[in-house]
Amino acid sequence: MAILTYIQAITKAIQEEMEQDEKVFIFGQDVGKKGGVFRATDGLYEQFGKNRVIDAPLAESAIAGVGIGAAMYGMRPIAEIQFADFILPAVNQIISEAAKIRYRSNNDWQCPITIRAPFGGGVNGALYHSQSVEAIFANQPGLKIVIPSSPYDAKGLLKAAIRDPDPVLFFEHKRAYRLLKEEVPDEDYTIPIGKAEVKREGSDLTVITYGLCVHFAMEVAEKLAVENIDVHILDLRTIYPLDKKAIIDAAKKTGKILLITEDNKEGSVMSEVAAIIAEHCLFDLDAPIQRLAGPDVPAMPYAPTMEKYFMINPDKIEAAIRDLAEF
Amino acid sequence: MATKKITMPQLGESITEGTINAWLVKEGDRVNKYDPIADIMTDKVNAEVPTFFSGVIKEIVTNEGETIGVGEVMCYIETEADVDDEESANDIAEQVHMNHQEENTNKDGSMRKRYSPAVLRLAEEHNIDLNQIEGTGRGGRITRKDIEKYLTNETTPISPMEVEDKPSVIANEVDKKSTKSAPQVTLKNGDVEIPLTAIRKKIAENMVRSKHEIPHGWMTIEVDVTELVKFRNEIKDDFKQQEGYNLTYFPFFVKAVAQALREYPRLNSTWAGDKIIQRKAINLSFAVAKENELFVPVIKHADEKSIKGIAKEIHELAIKARSGKLTTQDIEGGTFTINNAGSFGSIHSMGVINYPQAAILQIEAIVKRPVIINDMFAARDMVNLSLSIDHRILDGLISGRFLARVKEILENTNRDNTKIY
Repeated sequence: MAILTYIQAITKAIQEEMEQDEKVFIFGQDVGKKGGVFRATDGLYEQFGKNRVIDAPLAESAIAGVGIGAAMYGMRPIAEIQFADFILPAVNQIISEAAKIRYRSNNDWQCPITIRAPFGGGVNGALYHSQSVEAIFANQPGLKIVIPSSPYDAKGLLKAAIRDPDPVLFFEHKRAYRLLKEEVPDEDYTIPIGKAEVKREGSDLTVITYGLCVHFAMEVAEKLAVENIDVHILDLRTIYPLDKKAIIDAAKKTGKILLITEDNKEGSVMSEVAAIIAEHCLFDLDAPIQRLAGPDVPAMPYAPTMEKYFMINPDKIEAAIRDLAEF
Repeated sequence: MATKKITMPQLGESITEGTINAWLVKEGDRVNKYDPIADIMTDKVNAEVPTFFSGVIKEIVTNEGETIGVGEVMCYIETEADVDDEESANDIAEQVHMNHQEENTNKDGSMRKRYSPAVLRLAEEHNIDLNQIEGTGRGGRITRKDIEKYLTNETTPISPMEVEDKPSVIANEVDKKSTKSAPQVTLKNGDVEIPLTAIRKKIAENMVRSKHEIPHGWMTIEVDVTELVKFRNEIKDDFKQQEGYNLTYFPFFVKAVAQALREYPRLNSTWAGDKIIQRKAINLSFAVAKENELFVPVIKHADEKSIKGIAKEIHELAIKARSGKLTTQDIEGGTFTINNAGSFGSIHSMGVINYPQAAILQIEAIVKRPVIINDMFAARDMVNLSLSIDHRILDGLISGRFLARVKEILENTNRDNTKIY
């Protein structure tokens, strides 16, 4: 087993899938010779050649649209949007076509495309390179949205996404790319889409989150464990459709729930999680459901102090956990 | 460095001055904030005055034994740091006041009665009195974890004092709800609205409490009191002449019940949450009605009294009750209740137990009835005794035996083996 960063685990997943299935190909801006702006496709152009690792023009709608067409034709495309912020021109393709084709064609057609996109802030990327866009897609039945929180999960979930018979949006937190490292098995494994994972058992309060925030929450939980604040952590892994059972179980476990997302608070995925808990767990709740999220401002600021203010970090999580523990 | 003065605190609303009983510090002593520095005495309370500043006692102005007005200087303190000038004697007064009442001043109990859905559900499922749980959440809130902890420690015994007090606390709350939260009643033409008197309210509360908390069980037996009636009729005129008041049947019943209670003390007990407390004294409560009011005076140690003694006490207590002269002593300490329901001609009733007793016995009307004795009809004086029991404490077996014993005593009450004096 090798120690891989989050982004290396992603590269590994793509490479393995391309080796196993010749229908898998990747295309996007600079994915070819350059190996991707974040180097997610590093070495793939050399290994698989220009017919399977394709540089796309600067046209996100085309990247999604071509991918969707290829997928419907039987291929297993991986479309890379260079930054999730740029996915908006492709939204029509994704929501109107990819999400609906199976339903619209009465199961005659399917669209097994995987659309990868780096998202999230904390890298001084300012507004066009820092946004969280998952909520835009999180009420579109037909789509699946996966956001891994660790290198191990990134590899297993991406392989599952590529093999999934339906469109999967695969968002990768760009700050996690080189921040998170862990041992990732060399062998082939997948992690089921649609299943959340209990990352830590605890009895005082439950944190439900996804992506990079899972890492922060784990860090804080270990720190607070010595003070007898015992935090239960659920990593959603798939944020659409949600693993309702896991959410309900985790919420009932402690009755005090903190939901964390880097996205703007109002209308975020966590609002939906809160609704599920409110619907199912009233008589187990011991405190108001809390959301720790980005402020409702139009975009990630550029000024470092302001970016810090916007971003979720361990300090904010710690304060929120302490507050809820004391309640 | 700053010099601060400590003044005589206001220890109560009407207190205007205080006397220094003793100084607990002397000049030059170093004190920490909240350390007691003097014992003071007012006509309402004695208390320790804490200092509101850390520092060194610079000068003691008021000597021991001296009385000064509220707000006058007791001593000066040299403080290390500049302290906010606004901290006034009022704070100290409050502090002293709190200490005096032995209240926990550090605890904010604002959330003590705010229960989350989880807490309420667990309390209901496990029948937990939330008053017994210490809240560790913010503002003293009881958290779900507090309840879970309580449930795992539930085997911890509770002290008798708590047992005595707690049930009535719950009951009080229940009562208030049940007696007050009546449905919206609309008045129709000619209806009269009768405001509740204090005593009516109290009766209502007690009845609700009893019916709410005590699972009642009922049992009725029939007693042949022909001999008793004969006996009483023979002596009643002489008795009246000699004692100046009537000898009714009731003292005979009281005497019989007191005697039976001695033999079956379980009926003379009270439910105490996790145990039963069996009372040694047999103090019999009996109901005296007065218009819309109901009093329940107590015949103390009824088992040690003669029928005449009981008759006299009933007579006196009844007069006191009707003239509104009952004292607290007259009505407290009852351990079992006998109710003379038959005085209105009732032949069967189901009494509501006089909380927190274990049972109530209704003496119904004595009625002459044809009864078959030795296969022959006979005209006999019959009476029904209806017993209501707290089924948590008593079962049919022991109650039945008790009633059988009462019956036996009553049926053997006659001139030959019953003494009046």
